[in-house]
Amino acid sequence: MNLSSLVIPVLLAGVAVCGMGRRVDVYGTLTHGAEEGLTVLLRVIPALVGLLTAVSMFRASGATEWISGLFAPALEWLGIPRETAPLMLVRPVSGNGALAVASDLMNTYGPDSYVGRVVAVMLGSTETTFYTIAVYFGSAGIHKTRHTIPAALTADLTGFIASALAVRIFFGT
Amino acid sequence: MAMAWVWTGMVVLSLAFGLLTGRLDAVANAALEGARSAIDLSISMAGILCLWSGVMEIMSACGLSASLARTFRPLLRRLLPNACRDEETLAAISANVSANLLGLGNAATPLGIRAAQRMARGCGGTASNELCLLVVLNTASIQLIPATIASVRAAAGCQTPFDILPAVWLASVLSVAAGLTAARLLSRIGRARP
Repeated sequence: MNLSSLVIPVLLAGVAVCGMGRRVDVYGTLTHGAEEGLTVLLRVIPALVGLLTAVSMFRASGATEWISGLFAPALEWLGIPRETAPLMLVRPVSGNGALAVASDLMNTYGPDSYVGRVVAVMLGSTETTFYTIAVYFGSAGIHKTRHTIPAALTADLTGFIASALAVRIFFGT
Repeated sequence: MAMAWVWTGMVVLSLAFGLLTGRLDAVANAALEGARSAIDLSISMAGILCLWSGVMEIMSACGLSASLARTFRPLLRRLLPNACRDEETLAAISANVSANLLGLGNAATPLGIRAAQRMARGCGGTASNELCLLVVLNTASIQLIPATIASVRAAAGCQTPFDILPAVWLASVLSVAAGLTAARLLSRIGRARP
């Protein structure tokens, strides 16, 4: 048993007990909230369809590999192992895609190798940026996103450089 | 508009590479497959999304989210002073941040969306500085225990999948700091709305 499998049952039971203690109709409130979740989902589906179609075409066309090769010299200069390029391309657009690429890289280079560790830290210290932006602004009805994308990509790039740096600090190469 | 550029760019590049590499069949299939997988994903998300929305509803009904909000109030008030004048927005943002810290991404999203919807009122479709900041905070990972990554490492044969935690925390802190700084600096350049 690990810590994360404790979190969910404890949270569910804790919230239910707390609600009963405050005389809240726990079940009625739960289903009412779930209804709201469904409304959120209906707003999210169009964004998902658009994004996943483009991502899936992009990966199938071989563009990912070509761009990885293109960026390799810049990555070496930033201290990022070039083997991680496909992950950095997929990470901002697809969470499931990034997990797939990362698991592939960990199997190829070994989970305790330099590349394997950098891949894991990259995955843990960044998010699916474009998906998040699409979902948040889509449901809030925002068309002009202003400086959000450049700022979010700055965070991602810093996260990638910092991942390689942190692995070098804690484990060496 | 930015998403329109990203989307058009990806689709046009896919077509160009599909033609060059002779994988146009695969690209065509992938387009249809991608659209279908979006619905698969939404259906697999639906249960968790509804469950967490329900749980959060109970939390706000019994005053739990109010006490959670109190914990994060001093920090969030500095980051997002305008949004935090509204109690319900502050509550949603605080719960969003704490769900993110716990690694409950599916719980964090509906909460963040609720906050974003309230913050977007009367903006006429243009994101305010604080809304940009909230979204940047959510595009950067602030997870304390990356359980999914640990499970992927374990699956690849790693004996100590959690030994990367300090490295993940260091990289996360640097990345969040860079995102927030960039958002602050860029908001001064393209000042459309205070």
